Amino acid sequence: MSENQFFVDSDRLSDAALERKHLIENDPSARTNHMEYMEGMERISSDILDKVLSAVGEYDYENYTANDVKRALATDTCNIEDFKALLSPAAIPFLEEMAQRAKIETSRHFGNTVYIFTPLYIANYCENYCIYCGFNCYNDINRKKLNAEEIEHEMKIIAGSGIEEILMLTGESHSMSDIEYIGEACKLARKYFRNVGLEIYPVNSDDYKYLHECGADYVTVFQETYDADKYETLHLMGHKRVFPYRFEAQERAIIGGMRGVGLSALLGLSDFRKDAFATAMHAYYLQRKYPHVEYSLSCPRLRPIINNDRINPLDVHEKQLCQVLCAYRIFLPYIGITVSSREEKHFRDGIVKIAATKVSAGVSTGIGDHESKYEGKENIDAGDEQFDIADARSFDEMYGDMSAEGLQPVLNDYVYV
Amino acid sequence: MVHINGEDIAVAGKTLQAYLEESDYPLEGIAVEYNEEIIPKNKYSETVLKDGDVVEIVSFVGGGQQEGEKDTFKIGDREFDSRFILGSGKYSMELIKAAVENAGAQIITLAVRRTNTKKNENILDYIPEGVTLLPNTSGARDAKEAVRIARMSRELGCGDFVKIEIMKDSKYLLPDNVETVKATEMLANEGFVVLPYMYPDLYSARDLVNAGAAAVMPLASPIGSNKGLATKEFIQILIDEIDLPVIVDAGIGKPSQACEAMEMGAAAIMANTAIATAGNIPVMAGAFKAAIEAGRNAYLAGLGRVLERGASASDPLTGFLRD
Repeated sequence: MSENQFFVDSDRLSDAALERKHLIENDPSARTNHMEYMEGMERISSDILDKVLSAVGEYDYENYTANDVKRALATDTCNIEDFKALLSPAAIPFLEEMAQRAKIETSRHFGNTVYIFTPLYIANYCENYCIYCGFNCYNDINRKKLNAEEIEHEMKIIAGSGIEEILMLTGESHSMSDIEYIGEACKLARKYFRNVGLEIYPVNSDDYKYLHECGADYVTVFQETYDADKYETLHLMGHKRVFPYRFEAQERAIIGGMRGVGLSALLGLSDFRKDAFATAMHAYYLQRKYPHVEYSLSCPRLRPIINNDRINPLDVHEKQLCQVLCAYRIFLPYIGITVSSREEKHFRDGIVKIAATKVSAGVSTGIGDHESKYEGKENIDAGDEQFDIADARSFDEMYGDMSAEGLQPVLNDYVYV
Repeated sequence: MVHINGEDIAVAGKTLQAYLEESDYPLEGIAVEYNEEIIPKNKYSETVLKDGDVVEIVSFVGGGQQEGEKDTFKIGDREFDSRFILGSGKYSMELIKAAVENAGAQIITLAVRRTNTKKNENILDYIPEGVTLLPNTSGARDAKEAVRIARMSRELGCGDFVKIEIMKDSKYLLPDNVETVKATEMLANEGFVVLPYMYPDLYSARDLVNAGAAAVMPLASPIGSNKGLATKEFIQILIDEIDLPVIVDAGIGKPSQACEAMEMGAAAIMANTAIATAGNIPVMAGAFKAAIEAGRNAYLAGLGRVLERGASASDPLTGFLRD
């Protein structure tokens, strides 16, 4: 299989910085131990990481046959073995049957509703070197952090468009986007939105508790890949390098009192079938340990970034993505599934009728540019985007399109308690 | 080289006896074929192995299964291969004998009762050795009483196993889940292996797991009613969600109902009335054994396709996919 070429040098880096960059790129011994917690990182008592990694270790998707897939589609409750069959290459010829079954499960648990939300990036400073990400600390982009006034300005514009649920994101910089800064942003968000979620760097449970008190109730953390060895080669520097601390973020968020958690792998980084399997097992074991929590899965595929337009999701084509989402739905029928603007209009319109329950609309992955994007105003002071989006529909367009597909758009059905 | 059970082994020159002993074969339980002829045991020491000999060493295994993949289930630190448990309630010597001999029961439930001064038949005298006693707390109306009864049963030499039964309703004899959770926690803390009888409620089952239960025992229908799996949907939820053995208790009236519960993934079946009130007790005990095994095997085999789900849409759902 071909690989993505992620490394990009900027001529604005000093010689010393370039030398450091090349060293950690090329010499694994120059990198820290990715399985070791850094100072200040909370360690919780949990066996979920071991359970998930051993389940993935035992999963050999080449062992499954068409008969296994047929049996999985015929049983009332899809067990782990059935799910393994549905994720295997043997299931690709049964994609339509999987979609039919997934549709039944989705409508059984969610009716014909589809939730609409939007992300709001408030800062893009980052201390990590994750080689596929547009925000990585070595990528030469315009950096920006919104102040409280600017955040409120963005929120007013977004809320004015009709959106009621917001997902706030930052780059992973503890110094530029500290917990108090994010907490203040949550308090502002509570003024303008009914439902506030966060996608920020993983923190300790007491920080999650504080953010919950500030108004956030949902936390999403993507593990990116569950293959720890591969993870090590993709996250070369920064807090994000620590694999187990990131893995346990959802549990700490739950301990901190959050109502819901989201998780995902970034498909295209590693063996997508194993990563999809691990993601679902992660959710499965969390659900068994914390049955009161709401869970959601995402399914992002790699996208081009500023300064590297060749990044692509390799062997994860739309068909494979559709297979993964149908398998998620059949195995975990109660779980929320979000499909972001990384996917094109035709895919999102199709998948919401099968398995997805939530889509984003009116999306910008840049910083402070909603006015220019929503209202066409000139804005020269925006921060650059995390990745290129593939579906730029506004909230109104998305609402109209979802209604036209026969679905009932829902802006939120949530109460903060 | 000598060809032994498909492997070439350098043992030419040794006697068969010496080779078998070195290799730790149990001499009693095996048969040896030497160049296509059976060698009687008294000839092992006279038979000298030569290069090119072909030796097959065989023994019996149960039902074609290999050692190590025996289908057993565990409660506490004890392992059982029988998935039939004899419940208490209606006792007769014939019933106990049938449960053990015809149904293969390895666990038998008992109730603790006050002893009369008059010399009484002691049920323990009739229970064969090797059978695990599962005293229950029937008669208890709350957690405190259940704990007292459990302690008495341990004192009687019944071991650490206890089945909690707490009923506050003498008409239907339904278990009180709230009190049962309390009693489970207290007894688990005292080192008992606790099997709580319960109404199949997911939250209570989770509380029982957290309280330290070794299994959960949801009822299928009111005790003694022989009405079968009235709570089927809810028992299935427990089987799917609870990481402990789920033993279906109370209300199983026919072998077919026991079979159905086992197909669903239940770990074991407890029954009493269905067998005790049968026309022919030993034959019915055997019928339960066969039904439970059939259901268990069906579960392990994975049920086949039963029906096509949903109608096919005229427009395929996946027609939008590109690349």
